[in-house]
Amino acid sequence: MSATLTPSSAAVAATAAPGPDAAVALAVTGLSIRFGGLTAVEDMTFEVREGEVLSLIGPNGAGKTSAFNAITGYIHASSGSIVYRGAPLVGLKPNQIAEHGVVRTFQKTSVFNGLTVLDNVMVGLHRRAKQHPLAIMLGLPGVRRDEARLRDLAWEILDLVGLRARAEETAVSLSYGELRLLEVAIALAAEPTLLLLDEPVSGMNPAETGAFMALLARIRTRGITVLLVEHDMKMVMGVSDRIVCLNQGRIIADGPPAAIQSDPQVIRAYLGERYVRARG
Amino acid sequence: MSRAVSLASSVAWVGFLVTLPLWMDNLYFLHVLIIAGIFIVAAMSLNLLLGYTGQLSLGHVAFFGIGAYASSLCSLGFEIHVLDVPITLAPKPVWFSMLVAVTFAGLCGWFIGKISFKVRGAYFVIVSVSFAEVTRLVALNWLELTQGPMALNNIPFLKFWFPGIGDVDILGKVPNYYLVLGVAIVTYVIIRRLVHSRAGRAMIALRENEPLATSVGIDVTRFLVLATVVSAALAGLAGAVYAHYVRIVDPDVFLFIYTVTMVIMVITGGKGTLAGPIVGGLIFGILPEVLRGFEVKPELQWIVYGVLMILIVYFLPDGIVPAVRDAWKRWTGRTGAPPAEPTGTAVPAEARP
Ligand SMILES: Nc1ncnc2c1ncn2[C@@H]1O[C@H](COP(=O)(O)OP(=O)(O)O)[C@@H](O)[C@H]1O
Ligand SMILES: [Mg+2]
Repeated sequence: MSATLTPSSAAVAATAAPGPDAAVALAVTGLSIRFGGLTAVEDMTFEVREGEVLSLIGPNGAGKTSAFNAITGYIHASSGSIVYRGAPLVGLKPNQIAEHGVVRTFQKTSVFNGLTVLDNVMVGLHRRAKQHPLAIMLGLPGVRRDEARLRDLAWEILDLVGLRARAEETAVSLSYGELRLLEVAIALAAEPTLLLLDEPVSGMNPAETGAFMALLARIRTRGITVLLVEHDMKMVMGVSDRIVCLNQGRIIADGPPAAIQSDPQVIRAYLGERYVRARG
Repeated sequence: MSRAVSLASSVAWVGFLVTLPLWMDNLYFLHVLIIAGIFIVAAMSLNLLLGYTGQLSLGHVAFFGIGAYASSLCSLGFEIHVLDVPITLAPKPVWFSMLVAVTFAGLCGWFIGKISFKVRGAYFVIVSVSFAEVTRLVALNWLELTQGPMALNNIPFLKFWFPGIGDVDILGKVPNYYLVLGVAIVTYVIIRRLVHSRAGRAMIALRENEPLATSVGIDVTRFLVLATVVSAALAGLAGAVYAHYVRIVDPDVFLFIYTVTMVIMVITGGKGTLAGPIVGGLIFGILPEVLRGFEVKPELQWIVYGVLMILIVYFLPDGIVPAVRDAWKRWTGRTGAPPAEPTGTAVPAEARP
């Protein structure tokens, strides 16, 4: 299954790939992150262009999640600048960064466990809701109309990720693969223009991974820029327009998949046996 | 289907409660229900914080007491001296005083929320407890304003204007019973609307998973403060109703034990459920009177409380309402037509809104 899906989504990636002249969406410049004496990210500089899928790869502990956390406001960068569509993000809180359209998922599965799948997505729609607290308490009809509109949007998103049939289930009763889809659904509900996915297919079986790649293709047809962290090299090579490779907090390579695959430094640092094995 | 059932049961309940004074001529029991009802309003307001946002306010009685004092003082009028400058307030109508009390309690909630939600959890517990203690000490020691332990006496009662009937004195058991019933229904409706809205979902999301909630743009402080303001204002309303019913208020309205009673009501009934505080409030509001009927000493009464609460929490950790709801679900699930694929059959009905 993954064998049939991989080329098709790769084809979508190729057709939708923005040219090198596409505007810069996210610019990370000289980013360093330190935890006490430990330097997790060192002088990291890269750009994500509008509409592209950029993958950030590197061995465990390379600093990928730390970079995500800094971009989305969960940790403070020690130095460097992060600019999205002209707006500096450093110093903003995560919810303010979401207001700029920068939304992330978490490496460790993270949903609202006690809520139904539909309500999980309804929470994600927070930014799109237009309900003043006083109007809510007075029970004004506008609030009811807005709720109906949000509900329609939630169903639409569940259709997009393929969770409609599970809408009434409590999140805890979902399978692992479904949970990972729900996370993406929650993030999509927040209307991102830049979506950061932290190892979205880790723990998925090949069929689920294939389906996820198809979902990623649908996401990018909506014009959403994607920054992806992933260990599954088949997927990374299949969906990425460009790849940035990180090792011990430093960028060691930046380029299209083909160049990364044959970059000797990358092979030595990371891909080496893992990718060779995946290919064979 | 289940919507129709819940609507029908709500109508039946309200009908039962509205007609109750017509066939219940035991005034003492009516008094018990009034006090229980006031506590239920306070417990519902606490539930918004404790149940929906997950923040434990162990000083919730402060807002209740502030509502009681503010409404009493505003309706009685007062003269105080601040740095030898006299400040006087002429007596105001009771309905106006109650509005002032609700607003003032809400403002206090805003203040507490603002200062304590920068750092949450244990910090909020401490701030709320300290706040309640401070308000109690103010009520006890600011003699010029509050009369201290001598209490505020002869608090006027509410006059309610009804179209076609004119002024009605809310004096005595039956009118106060209806006032409390009305206030409880309004409180229930407000909290219900909040819970099923963007605001309520934000509060629940913060309780369930704060990092994820913020990642989709939810402003933590904003919605926790909103919950505290609404919660404090409703507790203040309960306090104001209480003051104009018993018509005497002393610093004991700030006793810690009342906060504990509210917390017990919410937790045993089921925190984070709309009906939980009502069920818990009825049990722990009526129980003391039942025990008094058996001439149980107050000390023993607290022991009975404690044992009952431990039993409920031990056997029904989520509280009574969720336990009953789960049992009902299992029961209807078993007796209903056996669906081969429960998810597949349940969804299409909801799928087309
Ligand atoms: N909150 C933290 N406190 C201290 N060290 C951390 C923290 N988060 C990450 N690190 C360390 O920073 C380094 C990079 O981690 P991480 O960004 O999670 O890497 P990756 O996502 O690429 O696997 C690791 O050595 C990790 O132990
Ligand atoms: Mg990581």
